[in-house]
Amino acid sequence: MSGAGGDPSPWVILALCVAGTYLWRGLGVALSGRIDPYGAVFRWVGCVAYAMLAGLISRMIVSPVGPLAQTGLADRLAGCAVAVALFFLLRRNLVVGVAGGVTATMLLATYAR
Amino acid sequence: MSGAATHAYGGPRAALRGGAREALGLPAFVLAASYVGFGALAQQSGLGLWLALASTPAVWALPGQVVLVEMLVLRAEWLAVVAGVSLSAARFLPMTLALLPYLREARPASWRLYAAAQLVAVTGWAAAMRQCPQLPPEERLSYFVGFTLPLVAGAAFGTATGFALADVMPRAVMLALVFVNPIYFMLVFVGDVRQRPAVLALAIGAIAGPLAHALTPSWSLLLTGLVGGTAAFLIDRAWRSGPRRGGSS
Repeated sequence: MSGAGGDPSPWVILALCVAGTYLWRGLGVALSGRIDPYGAVFRWVGCVAYAMLAGLISRMIVSPVGPLAQTGLADRLAGCAVAVALFFLLRRNLVVGVAGGVTATMLLATYAR
Repeated sequence: MSGAATHAYGGPRAALRGGAREALGLPAFVLAASYVGFGALAQQSGLGLWLALASTPAVWALPGQVVLVEMLVLRAEWLAVVAGVSLSAARFLPMTLALLPYLREARPASWRLYAAAQLVAVTGWAAAMRQCPQLPPEERLSYFVGFTLPLVAGAAFGTATGFALADVMPRAVMLALVFVNPIYFMLVFVGDVRQRPAVLALAIGAIAGPLAHALTPSWSLLLTGLVGGTAAFLIDRAWRSGPRRGGSS
């Protein structure tokens, strides 16, 4: 960690991050008893969850952090298109879809420039 | 939600095993592959093996773990690290809220629900959201736990493998393994989700996510979820009441 002697150890930081992450899950359990599973609030919360996840996944593809940032956006989007096409052509075959999409992006990133 | 069980394992224990069997294929592989990327990142960032390994079941959120490693490497202020990781986990609130009514229906002890909540993450959540409506209430919690435990094991295995192989793995292999995760999530949601409000929310979220990220990286997920989710909800509601009010189509 940084040289500022007062910094907690990485293990303490990890523990705080664990608590900060679980907080949302635990809060969800605590609040869920008050939600009517047939009501509008339940439908709205589901929409928020799906929108957040779609936003996260699409951000991971469009502007990734880490090693994927070295690949081109067009290569990644082409891989997604290949994955979706294979998935539906082969009756929702996830294995082939994932493998095809990843392979397409890697081939493009390696040989197409 | 109850009474319409079209798929039953024949008891909680069988549901636990059934869930585990379903996860021990592509889902566990995908988690392992994704966490190979995390393990390698941790090694290259100078994080200890045990810290990286412990973070996998303890945080159980890949994006948050990546934020943790990157901020530690950048020597960010520790309070900023904790805030950054915690903020990136906000999605677990609506996810848990959406899943729990299914798990609660059989009235399990609340400590079981709080323990199961630790296992909430995209892959297991998506599987449980799909299966629960078709399962008898008393099998749902077991199915969810059975499905997610092999994912945790696969992820821990991936973390250690990535850490060990970080220096020898070819760059292309590493890239491919890291890309498995978003491609898999994308296909799971494209293929599995049928209800109209969820489809709308996914479509709006997918477009809004990168835009919000460009605008404000740390608040982008909350913004995408609240604005995109509310928009999807309102469009769906207008659609629902539309025909009744208009009397046509």
